Amino acid sequence: MENIVDPANLVYDKPRLMNDNPMHYCPGCSHGVVHKLVAEVIDEMGLEEKTIGVAPVGCAVFAYNYIDIDWIEAAHGRAPAVATAAKRLNPDKMVFTYQGDGDLAAIGTAETIHACNRGENIVIIFINNAIYGMTGGQMAPTTLMEMATATCPYGRNASLNGYPLKISELLVPVEGTCLIARETVHTAAAVKKAKKMLRKAFENAMAGKGTSVVEFVSTCASGWKMTPDQANQWMVANMLPVYPLGILKEK
Amino acid sequence: MAEEVKLLKGNEAIALAAIRYGTDGYFGYPITPQSEIMETLMDEKPWETTGMVVLQAESEVAAINMVYGGAACGKRVMTSSSSPGISLKQEGISYMAGAELPGLIVNVMRGGPGLGTIQPSQADYFQTVKGGGHGDYRLITLAPASVQEMADHVALGFDLSFKYCNPAMILADGVIGQMMEKVVLPEQRPRKSEAEIRREQPWATLGKTRDRKPNIITSLELDSSVMEKNNLRFQAKYKAIEENEVLYEEIQCEDADYLIVAFGSAARISQKVMELARKEGIKVGLFRPITLWPFPTRRLNDYKDKVKGILTVELNAGQMVEDVRLAVECKIPVEHYGRLGGIVPTPQEVLEQIKKLKN
Repeated sequence: MENIVDPANLVYDKPRLMNDNPMHYCPGCSHGVVHKLVAEVIDEMGLEEKTIGVAPVGCAVFAYNYIDIDWIEAAHGRAPAVATAAKRLNPDKMVFTYQGDGDLAAIGTAETIHACNRGENIVIIFINNAIYGMTGGQMAPTTLMEMATATCPYGRNASLNGYPLKISELLVPVEGTCLIARETVHTAAAVKKAKKMLRKAFENAMAGKGTSVVEFVSTCASGWKMTPDQANQWMVANMLPVYPLGILKEK
Repeated sequence: MAEEVKLLKGNEAIALAAIRYGTDGYFGYPITPQSEIMETLMDEKPWETTGMVVLQAESEVAAINMVYGGAACGKRVMTSSSSPGISLKQEGISYMAGAELPGLIVNVMRGGPGLGTIQPSQADYFQTVKGGGHGDYRLITLAPASVQEMADHVALGFDLSFKYCNPAMILADGVIGQMMEKVVLPEQRPRKSEAEIRREQPWATLGKTRDRKPNIITSLELDSSVMEKNNLRFQAKYKAIEENEVLYEEIQCEDADYLIVAFGSAARISQKVMELARKEGIKVGLFRPITLWPFPTRRLNDYKDKVKGILTVELNAGQMVEDVRLAVECKIPVEHYGRLGGIVPTPQEVLEQIKKLKN
């Protein structure tokens, strides 16, 4: 056993920029993994002293408690507007938003589309778990058809609730975007791939190529009322057909 | 060097004064009667001279949140709008107050409610000095009464907002925004460097250096015992502003039997009323609050034993009059005269109200 703790045997470590604050995220939630990737990418690119994160309203409202960089907590949906000013006033900085589906695709739709249309040199990290986690599992713009939530308890119904909003697809024809990709973090291979995409997005922002949007199809085991493992399986079976993975746009 | 005198609209004066103050960013959305502010800035292209960012946002909501983001970085940032747009900005103003961020907001008021009219009004007094957005916060409020003050209040507003880490508003109206007067603009000041901001605004989110903890700009605190402490800290700050930053102008108040209390364009009309009244032998003085919050309550209180009555003249149905009555503890008659919906009263009709007060 002693050999295992020998630093020479170290194959995996907590990212340097992640602190020891106990996370409020539920077991099985994708947020923790995506946080880890963000912290790793910032550190590996040597951007710690240049990065300004913009946190949303939603479960990730406390993102600033876990990654040791400068953070601005935005009003609900306004993160792309907040990030726009942070980046325009500090063109040498790395500015990213971290937003959930309600924040980005419901209340903040206008801010999202227009930041992308101006080609703001920022990264938008989009967590799509098809539900409002923080407020207790209400319907999101990305909630699947027939999926039950606290505010569509009999399942999402087109006549009452409309359809799952594919906001990333909507952003494809928007000229200011340079990269739109959809990833997930439910397997080790997926995490590895997602990290590469995130790094590419960060590189785009620093190179002034325009707006990069990386959507993470995510799990909300608590909101979905499943075990973490069931949530992963449900996500693959139900979410991925509606929100297919891959690069939607790259220029 | 000879003084540089220009003939400008109030809105143009604000824009040019903002560039000369060394403002880092302006974020706005067009709305009458203040669109000349952004138009002038775009025409001046300050990004080529001072490096100032000027951006037309997709909405007033986005614009105030851009101000929030810029302010979080310790920058001198501002926005402007008119009444309906200012209603949309209330969320962001509340967040700025809650996160203790400085910043300048200009409201060139028009008649309401709703879409209302594009003509001048002062009907947003309550919204501005009594809250507007949610929560127990205060907004430093300056009321210019001339084009010169439109220019001067840019620096005053920024300086106060940075001194107290609180948003400030220039509360003008369509008359002051649109009318042309002679104005002397301030000297060009350099914008603050990042090193200066890091030193003077150590809370600014400009990237975490290894020698400090992360800077986090937020108004959120789930622990109510901490949130109460935050609120008490805000209240102590507001009290300090009330103690130290009250501004007003008194014109011929020393021998006055009657006082007109008015701000902005209503004060300009009232100055004429005062002259007309004195010609008829009625000793009228004009008391003009320059800061609407903090309100010159203490100074007005002195008049409860000196004058026989007060008339407030406002381009609204009677808003500031409530604060004047409180200031004089209702010891003397305080009446209100106002025209609504974009109508500006003539000096003659106000004079009739003075005569009524006298009788």
